Amino acid sequence: MQLKVEHIDFRYTEKSPWILRDISLTIESGERVGIVGPSGCGKSTLAKIIAGYEKPTSGIVTIDGQPLPSKGMCPVQMIFQHPEYAVNPRWKMKKTLNECWQPGDELIQQMGIEKDWLNRWPAELSGGELQRFCIARVLSPDVKFLLCDEVTTMLDVITQAQIWQVLLENAKKNDYGMLIVTHNMALAEKVCTRIVSLGTDTNGL
Amino acid sequence: MGAFLWGLFMNPEKYAVHYADKFLAPSLEHPFGTDFVGRDMFYRCIKGLSNSIVVGILASAVSSVVALVLGIASAVCGKWVDMVVNWCVDLCMGLPHLVLLMLISFMLGKGVKGVTIAVALTHWPSLTRIVRAEVMQIRSSQYVQAAYKMGISKWKVAVTHIVPHVLPSYLIGLVLLFPHAIMHEASITFLGFGLPAEMPAIGVILSEAMKHLATGKWWLALFPGLLLLIAVVLFDVIGDNLKKLWNPGSGNE
Repeated sequence: MQLKVEHIDFRYTEKSPWILRDISLTIESGERVGIVGPSGCGKSTLAKIIAGYEKPTSGIVTIDGQPLPSKGMCPVQMIFQHPEYAVNPRWKMKKTLNECWQPGDELIQQMGIEKDWLNRWPAELSGGELQRFCIARVLSPDVKFLLCDEVTTMLDVITQAQIWQVLLENAKKNDYGMLIVTHNMALAEKVCTRIVSLGTDTNGL
Repeated sequence: MGAFLWGLFMNPEKYAVHYADKFLAPSLEHPFGTDFVGRDMFYRCIKGLSNSIVVGILASAVSSVVALVLGIASAVCGKWVDMVVNWCVDLCMGLPHLVLLMLISFMLGKGVKGVTIAVALTHWPSLTRIVRAEVMQIRSSQYVQAAYKMGISKWKVAVTHIVPHVLPSYLIGLVLLFPHAIMHEASITFLGFGLPAEMPAIGVILSEAMKHLATGKWWLALFPGLLLLIAVVLFDVIGDNLKKLWNPGSGNE
């Protein structure tokens, strides 16, 4: 499968400055594309556009030539930088984890999620623990492309390694493509098959 | 609650006129004393309080339904609806509350109908704002957005994410609306735009008592006033405790 980003332009209002100009990018299944660049250059915005959270001012995102479906489970899923905001504070973790599919015991174990966490409220878990839930809940076989927006920035090095190992293993198993937004060049070099840099002054990739 | 039920089914004989016993000071037989036509003030107060509570319940029920509908509509139905609702909220909040109450009550010919409708129609704006803000906040939150992307239907998101979030503040708002409604009912009745004089209501009792206060009949105003205060404080306490129970932050304490 092929995720294609064609000539994306983006700005928030008609008067605000352009954040993205004429960005084009293609990701194949099984590919892991890293996006690096200084703060504020639009990395996260690009990820949000690709996942369909924001509408581009112009340009289109297609998957195998078709625009992203607006109904049903979107094959392009995004994992956010701040897991605290990405879970419902009034839901127990079990409900959050099973919101769109039932992750198997094996995956839960791989992610380092302990059984006892499932009956807690989000406020009773740390950021790193919450992030594991956020990742596990979108690792469904229906997901073809995974966008990771600084997903392990807040974690310690050991946990980072553990989570990336699971993500990469699953990438191999389910054959999904990944787009990895990060500041950490060493991480990008380690996990990505291709790195593109998004600069404030460069147009296009 | 007890006072409310007691008052609802009370025999009118209990607060009937007995000219022989007028202006008795509080005693064991008449704990709150009697008034200028010899009615027992204790029973009148209970009956009056229960009348006030009926008006209060009706008013907060109507107001909160209006608030819920308008609040959700303005957050969900788009820009124009939002503008119209906000304009109405500002209009109602811009006028002094008591003046608005008097105008509506006077227009509807005073009496029970006038007061109830006036109190019911003027208490929704603040709750509407709360509901609207809550729905808007929750609608744009990451987990609701993510749920849409996970293929969860709009209806299911509304039921599982949005309603449970809005409900606690809505119910608390409803309970806290109650003392407001009772107070306003009592105050416009006191000012003479409300319930008729023959109907026992805290406002009526207090305004009659004013006439006799200067002549040393202190019990006519003190006890009904205290009773009103206690009822209002009780509802306030209920509201505050519900707030503590429903908040996930303090719910496990």
